[in-house]
Amino acid sequence: MNRPLEAGLAVLGAAALVLVAWAAPWLKFVLTLALAKGIAVLGILLLLRAGQVSFGHAMFLATGAYTVAFLAPEMPEALLLLPLGALFGTALGLVVGLFVARYRDIFFGMLNLALSMVLYSLLEKLYALTKGTDGIRVAGLTFAGAQPAREIQEWIMFALALGLALGFGLLVRAYLGSPMGQALAGIKTRETRLEFMGVPARRVLLFAYVLSACMGGTAGALVAMTSRHVTPQLAYWTSSGELVFIAILGGAGSALGPFLGAVAFELVRVYAAAQVADAWQMILGGVLLAVILFAPGGVWGILAARFKARA
Amino acid sequence: MSATAPLRPLLSARSLRLAFGGVKAADGIDLDVMPGEFLAIIGPNGAGKTTFINMTTGYLRPQGGSIDYEGRSLLGLRPRAIVRRGIGRSFQLPQLFTEHTVLENAALAIAARAGLWSPLTPLLRPGWRAEAEALLDRFGLGAVAGARADALNEGARKLADIAMAVALNPRLLLMDEPTSGVAASEKMGVVETLVRVLRQAGVTAVFVEHDMDVVARFADRVAVWSQGRIVALGPPQQVLADPVVRREVIGIEAHA
Amino acid sequence: MTAWFTDNGLLLGLALLDGLAYAALVFMVAVGLNLVFGVLRIVNVAHGSLFAIGAYTAASIGLFLAAHGLPPVASYGALLLAAVLVGAVLGPPIERLVLRRVYGHEDALQLLVTFALFMILEDVQKLVWGVQPVANDAPMKYLGTVDVPFGEDVIPFTAYQLFVLPGLAVLTLAGLAWFLRRTLTGRVIVAVTTDKEAAMAMGIDATRVTLLTFTFGAALAAFGGALASPTTSLVPGVGAQTIVLSFAVVATAGLGQIEGAAVSALLIGLGRSVAVYFAPEFEVVVPYIIMVAVLLVRPQGLFGVPETRRV
Repeated sequence: MNRPLEAGLAVLGAAALVLVAWAAPWLKFVLTLALAKGIAVLGILLLLRAGQVSFGHAMFLATGAYTVAFLAPEMPEALLLLPLGALFGTALGLVVGLFVARYRDIFFGMLNLALSMVLYSLLEKLYALTKGTDGIRVAGLTFAGAQPAREIQEWIMFALALGLALGFGLLVRAYLGSPMGQALAGIKTRETRLEFMGVPARRVLLFAYVLSACMGGTAGALVAMTSRHVTPQLAYWTSSGELVFIAILGGAGSALGPFLGAVAFELVRVYAAAQVADAWQMILGGVLLAVILFAPGGVWGILAARFKARA
Repeated sequence: MSATAPLRPLLSARSLRLAFGGVKAADGIDLDVMPGEFLAIIGPNGAGKTTFINMTTGYLRPQGGSIDYEGRSLLGLRPRAIVRRGIGRSFQLPQLFTEHTVLENAALAIAARAGLWSPLTPLLRPGWRAEAEALLDRFGLGAVAGARADALNEGARKLADIAMAVALNPRLLLMDEPTSGVAASEKMGVVETLVRVLRQAGVTAVFVEHDMDVVARFADRVAVWSQGRIVALGPPQQVLADPVVRREVIGIEAHA
Repeated sequence: MTAWFTDNGLLLGLALLDGLAYAALVFMVAVGLNLVFGVLRIVNVAHGSLFAIGAYTAASIGLFLAAHGLPPVASYGALLLAAVLVGAVLGPPIERLVLRRVYGHEDALQLLVTFALFMILEDVQKLVWGVQPVANDAPMKYLGTVDVPFGEDVIPFTAYQLFVLPGLAVLTLAGLAWFLRRTLTGRVIVAVTTDKEAAMAMGIDATRVTLLTFTFGAALAAFGGALASPTTSLVPGVGAQTIVLSFAVVATAGLGQIEGAAVSALLIGLGRSVAVYFAPEFEVVVPYIIMVAVLLVRPQGLFGVPETRRV
């Protein structure tokens, strides 16, 4: 996909989001969460480039979220909590990555899942620290020292999420086009060759993994500051599955895909949950099946095909 | 070659042994590869020819013996460490990044030589792009540079595979059946391109080959493998004329 | 040590008995997952849902029979019937309509397809059985309890968990081993597992083998669920828990290893129930710790064979 078109779509999409958030204030919350999740999904996308799927990436999101929840009472400054969430996510990503980068395919997916379940059960069982399944309410935040009104805070969170989404999108785009990013894609097709080019494939994957964990931590911090409540459910393996779902829904072909997917996912969820409370998961599952079986390029793939046909 | 000082071998294998179950793939291999030479390895399937390449490049670890390169042991090194010492290899089944273009494949190899660790500058930056294009031109692959690697025919895939090994600037190149799968009509052309490029770059080459015409025409020396041993070694005219080799090795070859 | 044993001996005995019964259940599910993976090369995330649906179905049939005045022994029939029903009703359509379309695709895609199935089946289960707990412990009550001598004490333990569960697990293992090694269909399945192309070249109808294997694997999962149903009350989320646990068992054993799954089920079952009695906050973590520890030493699992690529 060509560069100006992608950039144009990104700007257009961002403008559309701002417009919707302004016109329908109750959607601002949904869109902020969608953007935050999109950042985490961007990390999933990196690993998908290497042909690897992590069914445990929600552990990094949960790490970022609980970092905010734990620290907020002592240190309510959002502009510090956000990078700290990212930092803790990154640190956990490095530790976990050193282990899982040795594995590929199903083992990679399953080990990520298992390790995220370890975090989940710790969050659930260490009640004294985490209040178990009740979760923790996030204390009041300050933004650069000030405590703006709720409406303003919502706008700040929305702007932060949008800005970070654009920033990480650009970063990922540059990374994927670089030798390291291209070598990452080489892990998917011919890992042996990488080794015989003198390139340690494991380290290439580890770098991507840590970067994706950093984005997961950032996303988690945003989610916690937006929803103001964190629960162990954030780390449950089905939450990780959701992130992978969004990646496929949006399409792995572009850094825009995760955000297209996340917005579509959250909107479907909000409406499905409102219309058919007991069956929204079924509807999402059906959508996922349909996308995989009939539109493997995801929403982005459909859009790209449109533009190609027109050009 | 200088007549005064005897040339030291570039690669020197001694008493290499490796068995898979009961099959002896290497049963005391002794071989010196001299700088600048083209050494052909011939022998029936299962004689241990690929095993020798795999042991030299660190993919398999010998159970006994030694391999020295430029006077230093290669034993226990990972493939990528051996690559960094200056030993390249190509594969019987071309190992290309199938979802990348040929140009990107070549550029990745060039980037790998330079260390690769730059996460933000593009792979196809002008310097690397030009070098990749020049490399592909030398291998006669300029016309297919923009094609995806899995869209090439077998001959072009083989050449691209070797080009990626050459991009790393090896001093010794091990090639596993560079012409297998290449159409008979293309074969001589492929080999001639190859030899020209390698001679130009001053690369020493060891190659496994089944085509005796190719061997006779391009090899400086021939090593004949049989059941994990070297049974004959010398200039092609002499080795290929040996009646025992003709019957035991080339004869079997014709039926294989 | 002796003092500790005097204080905690009984608890340890109970933990071991519990662990054995638990291991038997986990084995039933894991062995089905493993068998399906061996032939289809797909890790079925929805396998846990089949377990849950099997459990609910067994409980419902059992309750229905009891309501119509049949003796409690009839509910044993319900256990078997549930397994057959779930396997026959859900197995073939899932394999034919969905899985068949993604054979040979990327692992990421295959995992996601079964994740979509999981999402759908979870809601189906909620729609049919609701979110209130469902329980039928008639089969367990029917057999009463046995006094298990333990040192100088006795531990009263249900005969169902002491004999029926481990007995059926051993029977399943032996039956499966016999089936795969001694019968023609079994040999064919093994042939397809080992080398699909070669098996097809020899005229084996791989399509039929995959269908049969998947249906059988689904029935095994449902049977595991049916057997578990008398020992617990069923709530939503059972499927999600079960699948991650059987993942852990399968990964610990090595993918595709049938007998190995029995050993690792025992290891993980016992480890977990010891944790339940002595360190309850680590109950959920223990299986994964065992798995990670094993994989650190043997990346291919306890009994797995490392794959080497030909170059």
